[in-house]
Amino acid sequence: MDKLRLKFSKTGRAVYISHLDLMRTMQRVFSRAGVQLKYSEGFNPHAKISIILPLTVGTRSLCEYMDFALAGEEDLTALPARLNPFMPEGIEALEAYEAPCKGAELRWLRVTGRMTGGRDAAFYNAFFAKPEILVTRRSKKGERVDNIAEMISRAVFMDGEDGVSADLIIHAQEPTLNPDVMMTALGKDVPEYFRFTRVEAFKEDMTPFR
Amino acid sequence: MSDKIDALLRQVQRPARYVGGEYNQVVKDRADVDVRFAFCFPDTYEIGMSNLGMKILYGLMNEMPGVWCERAFAPWDDMAARLREENIPLWALESGDPLEEFDIIGFSLGYEMAYTTVLDMLDLGGVPVRSSDRPGLKNLVVAGGQCICNIEPMADFFDLCFLGEGEEVDIELIELYRTAKREGWTKPEFLRKAAQIEGVYVPSLYDVAYNADGTVASITPRDGAPAKVRKRIIQDFDACYYPTKPVVPSTEIVHDRVSLEVFRSCIRGCRFCQAGQICRPIRNRTPETLIRMAKETLENTGYQELNLSSLSTSDYRPLSELCDGLLDYCEPRGISLSLPSLRADNFSMDIMQRVQRVRKSGLTFAPEAGTQRMRDAINKNVTEEDLLESCRVAFSGGWNGVKLYFMLGLPTETDEDVVGIAELAKKVLWCWKQNAANKSRGVRITVSTSDFIPKPHTPFQWEAKISRDEYLRRVHLLSDALKSARAITYNWHDSDTSVIEAVLARGDRRMGAVIEEVWRQGGRLESWTEFFSMQRWYDALEKCGLDPAFYAFRERPVTELLPWEHMDMGITRRHHEIERERAYASQLTPDCRAQCTGCGAASLLKEGVCRG
Repeated sequence: MDKLRLKFSKTGRAVYISHLDLMRTMQRVFSRAGVQLKYSEGFNPHAKISIILPLTVGTRSLCEYMDFALAGEEDLTALPARLNPFMPEGIEALEAYEAPCKGAELRWLRVTGRMTGGRDAAFYNAFFAKPEILVTRRSKKGERVDNIAEMISRAVFMDGEDGVSADLIIHAQEPTLNPDVMMTALGKDVPEYFRFTRVEAFKEDMTPFR
Repeated sequence: MSDKIDALLRQVQRPARYVGGEYNQVVKDRADVDVRFAFCFPDTYEIGMSNLGMKILYGLMNEMPGVWCERAFAPWDDMAARLREENIPLWALESGDPLEEFDIIGFSLGYEMAYTTVLDMLDLGGVPVRSSDRPGLKNLVVAGGQCICNIEPMADFFDLCFLGEGEEVDIELIELYRTAKREGWTKPEFLRKAAQIEGVYVPSLYDVAYNADGTVASITPRDGAPAKVRKRIIQDFDACYYPTKPVVPSTEIVHDRVSLEVFRSCIRGCRFCQAGQICRPIRNRTPETLIRMAKETLENTGYQELNLSSLSTSDYRPLSELCDGLLDYCEPRGISLSLPSLRADNFSMDIMQRVQRVRKSGLTFAPEAGTQRMRDAINKNVTEEDLLESCRVAFSGGWNGVKLYFMLGLPTETDEDVVGIAELAKKVLWCWKQNAANKSRGVRITVSTSDFIPKPHTPFQWEAKISRDEYLRRVHLLSDALKSARAITYNWHDSDTSVIEAVLARGDRRMGAVIEEVWRQGGRLESWTEFFSMQRWYDALEKCGLDPAFYAFRERPVTELLPWEHMDMGITRRHHEIERERAYASQLTPDCRAQCTGCGAASLLKEGVCRG
């Protein structure tokens, strides 16, 4: 079975597992569950799996997507329940289905967050409403300055008991805005602590990605 | 997890190694647990999680109702610095509780350079490093592993140590601890009783006196402790516990595969090899048992690689039968099988070809010495013909790389023996030219030398180690002799670490102050060259009034009382003396299967006879 997609969450202690380690872990989960992944042909065969939009270490997610192919026929509806007993703590398979679109069509993410040790919600609301928000990014090619304003579709902050909560809709893939990077735009007003969770994924037209 | 810890984890490299939560980890309800054991490995997660001994004892202890064994590893320097800055104690992975909350804190010690890391982990975990500063039963600090055969340098820090194999003695000790805790014994009372368990060594129950020249004058047991602590072994290795549900790391480790322990000990009597001497007698598992264990473990972990481990896997008699059985299971599932520790004298191309069907990477052989005289002196029992024949088979079978391991500074070594290494390597190169299946791919021959360190409980325990300058002179001699052969790469192991390893390996109790001083000056994770400082050790030795040459570069007279003579590893002192004489005469001693030499290890077995 080809072109399959698994939706899963990554929370708790699993948030510290890096992207490459997660790929290895997922292969072992399938192997333990006795579900055979399809392998590439050739000299050095590898399982055909790919995780759409790697998640930053430390960020939680309720909507991760992994594309994969299986060697045999499987009941996709029952697959999450088959895989879950074999997951490390913090990863949960939610849904498996035939991929209705390409992974590249994922374009927007709803991300929630919480920050402490910084300014109040009003400050952040005003800051991220500006038409130009500049961040300096360091890449192999050197430093470059980006305006991330157009990558932010929504940025709503609210004061709460345990800090300021954030509710964002930000762009993903070509280009991707990492919420941690978004915080660096605050310069001297970067909160001492912040942490985000991917909640929902959308296509370019803001219809749900699945 | 608190915001503070989360923030910390996001600032350090590879945080997955600090959080636990891996598949197959054991989590118990604190309410059902009366003994909490923190199994500490004094190196990084990536190294410690690769250790089979840790997997065995973790599994075994957690099978005990009421006992919860957790894991702790040494944090990398970024994490260690942040823990100290934030004043957060080192925690065990499963519960996240600091080490100071554990009843028993146990260390696995496989190499001397980990000693300072033991102190660092205790301190990071909120536990006083010296045994004398821990008056209560709680935070009992124990250790096991190969280093226990001379643990005198760490005698001030450990409350008790396990000599030999831990599978049974660890459980007996925990049961005794449980009784002690329930009945409210004092720590001295508990230690006195623990010393009565065979294989338990309580350093504080022995008084060591020294002569004016610094040598040991006497080792005197107190309070009924045995004059000699006898090593424990598993009698029936085939029935011995094997962890078929090990923790599967969620981040890559050094040996990220299933490791199947085929047999324990070694039939060879290589005179330099501590493991081969102290693990005697040989005990095997049957192919049926091994195949069953392999299947269960592969199913329970999802690993795609299986490794056959032992001190010398090609000495396993039913190896071919075992490989066939394993391949029947592994091949259809795409699981690869790997075989390390091959000997050049019984290397089977047939097995290698079946096992490593896909990748023909490098083969590794360890002739250890360059001339036949030298190889006979160390009882390696491999001939030049054996090695060249194995290489011929390998090269004609398509292999195009061979790694050759040697030691420099072996007792009786001459310049002729050193140059002999180059000559042997050149013969291997010539062998490739004669036999290569495909010469256009070129050849990679790597010669590596390490600096020989005389170890306790071996026939070379009395020998002087060569100095750093002398080692480097021999390195250059060999390097010059290899210059003409450009297809041969030469690597040598750094000698600074070897000197300190030599000092610690044959050290006595006075070394404890040195280890503590080095740690206080920042020494930790010293098996990593980036964290090792020779100067720091020399400064500490000087401060403590000890001479490294006394420990490393001095030949001991056979009449001297060695600091580790109260440790009974099964082999008699007389046997080591005879073997040393035979080394001087370049005389071979047959392996255990060919002829029993009566080393003494058979007396550890109930029947009194080895069945290699």
